[in-house]
Amino acid sequence: MTEPINCPMPHPPGERVLLAHGEGARLTRRLIRDILLEAFDNEFLRPLSDGALLPAVAGRLVMTTDSYVVSPLFFPGGDIGKLAVHGTVNDLAVCGAAPLYLSLGLIIEEGLSLEVLRRVIFSIRDSARQCAVPVVTGDTKVVPRGAADALFVNTTGIGRMRPGVDLGPHRVRPGDRLLVSGTIGDHGIAVLSAREGLDLGASLQSDTAPLYELVQSLFESGIDVHFLRDPTRGGVSAVLHEVADATGLSVVLEEPAVPLSEPVRGACELLGLDPLYVANEGKLLLIAAPEDAERARGILRQNAVGARAAIIGEVANLTPAQVLVRTSLGALRVLDEPTGAPLPRIC
Amino acid sequence: MKYVDEYRDPRLAERLLDQIRRTVTRPWTIMEVCGGQTHTLIRSGIDRLVPDGLRLVHGPGCPVCVTPLEQIDRALAIAARSEVIFCSFGDMLRVPGTSSDLVRVRAEGGDVRIVYSPLDAVRIAGENPGRQVVFFAVGFETTAPATALAAWQAKHARLQNFSMLVAHVVVPPAMEAILSSPTNRVEGFLAAGHVCTVMGYEDYSTLAERYRVPIVVTGFEPVDLLEGILMTVRQLESGRYVVENQYARSVLRAGNLSAQNILAEVYEVCDRPWRGLGILPRSGLRLRPAYHDLDAEKRFAVQSIKAVEPPECRSSEVLQGLIRPDECAAFGTLCTPDRPLGAPMVSSEGACAAYWKYGRSL
Repeated sequence: MTEPINCPMPHPPGERVLLAHGEGARLTRRLIRDILLEAFDNEFLRPLSDGALLPAVAGRLVMTTDSYVVSPLFFPGGDIGKLAVHGTVNDLAVCGAAPLYLSLGLIIEEGLSLEVLRRVIFSIRDSARQCAVPVVTGDTKVVPRGAADALFVNTTGIGRMRPGVDLGPHRVRPGDRLLVSGTIGDHGIAVLSAREGLDLGASLQSDTAPLYELVQSLFESGIDVHFLRDPTRGGVSAVLHEVADATGLSVVLEEPAVPLSEPVRGACELLGLDPLYVANEGKLLLIAAPEDAERARGILRQNAVGARAAIIGEVANLTPAQVLVRTSLGALRVLDEPTGAPLPRIC
Repeated sequence: MKYVDEYRDPRLAERLLDQIRRTVTRPWTIMEVCGGQTHTLIRSGIDRLVPDGLRLVHGPGCPVCVTPLEQIDRALAIAARSEVIFCSFGDMLRVPGTSSDLVRVRAEGGDVRIVYSPLDAVRIAGENPGRQVVFFAVGFETTAPATALAAWQAKHARLQNFSMLVAHVVVPPAMEAILSSPTNRVEGFLAAGHVCTVMGYEDYSTLAERYRVPIVVTGFEPVDLLEGILMTVRQLESGRYVVENQYARSVLRAGNLSAQNILAEVYEVCDRPWRGLGILPRSGLRLRPAYHDLDAEKRFAVQSIKAVEPPECRSSEVLQGLIRPDECAAFGTLCTPDRPLGAPMVSSEGACAAYWKYGRSL
């Protein structure tokens, strides 16, 4: 009697990422040539030297970096590649900078399907093209199975600061208005539902989007923006606490004015989450003088990404400095700082 | 959103508030039983809008909060075992045991997973025949039918690697414990609508009669709560004490019979310790003998684990409505959501968490 064959057939080489892909030898070169260079080919990257030689730039530069570890890699409305481009370009944008260059670092878990890697790389390529920013240098590492979760991506961005822009808590004054560029919580809820396999309807989509054009349109219209952020992890609440801490002023949020999509509202009701704490990847929070607020809202609404922009609160000289929410019943309550990841309730 | 917006309508709420203000002629103390109701009251600011003499105290209806410390310690001991996949509702993860919590057990290598339905734990057991899958069955009559169904499914699928750590409790004995205490201040109850959706409200008539206390079965949205409060103060002001049903869109007098059937198939009533209230007779549910094979306490021999509550934590008084969370000296000082002493500070339905989150300390 022969033993049943229970040893799985080895995958043909090339279908999955092997440790050797990260070891600088033939397989590495092939990975870079076949996938990365094909996707990102440009004059700065093409020499494949240890660093990109970039031309001189007039004015001040902004540099930012962020690492992306989202799970799952693909979720409704986006994927880790889109996030890695949009997130870093948006960090530049809310500093008041136009994106010039990106670097790309990949940490790949051994065994990742090359097809998945290719899909992510091409998503990065498409998003970078959409933002008109070239990937000029990069790095690839492969780590043993279990040492990373499929794929981690790091991007660093360099941008040119728009002359004359001055943003920050030092410019925030009592009476200033708070605006948001659209519905909140979409990204966090979309990822949560994909991760946990919750079937909450097809209309839940991440809002991941580049915000540079939206920011640009505000500056070009002469809106004197005092403070600008993209409320990612920790959501709107985290940013407003940052404002209160840094300015010593309070922020009063009008709860009924905060835009929410129906699916996100439903999911938050169901899971017991407060959308004010849920992450966004394509929204601006901005603070401007009261006389600029309505015009700023109009300008945001002209752009598809800002179609549901709203004025959602104001800065007030109340002590102690805190974030307050006026409820639909007209009562004021304190909005707590986010602690840890929100966990769904049980009954 | 249907069934939500109409129960948050500010104009309707204002009208009810006005009626409450006109009805109340003297101070009253009303307890809402369920932690979900507590959060709505505080989140929407109703506690600050009702007349001054009307005191709203918060009841023991947070399953996470009343799960005794030793049951948490037993969960932690099981979850730390290498062969175990420990499945729990998300709320239990940060609840402090004597020296750790499930988040920390997970960071130290324990396989702790959040599930949204107990049936997910049964599925995980089916997919991992080489591992022991344990579900932490906590909650009131609201979650118990779902955990009963999980036990029933596991038994009928003959899953050898599934078990449950059961800490279920039922509401009426806790209400009775509060009412019969010599320190009781509660004069009217908002009963928990979801519990009554499952169990009905016939049991409450005896309580209302015996303790001469109005009980209004109440929902969870601001308008529900305002209407429940109005119905309660109308009874109090006119000296009546009967059971009324504000939450008629969900609750039938007899409850949900299918849910009651699966409960009766799997569980039997037992005495059970409550955090803060001590052992309450006939207040818990345990697996019937036919389901003893699924009892994780026996399978992992953790019955001997005992625990002592931290003395600074006054959650026992909070859970009985004797003090408000901000009247505890540890509130916001020794005890915060980052470093909680007691469960009411971490559970999303805990009264201390509600006071902290919505700034009632300020």
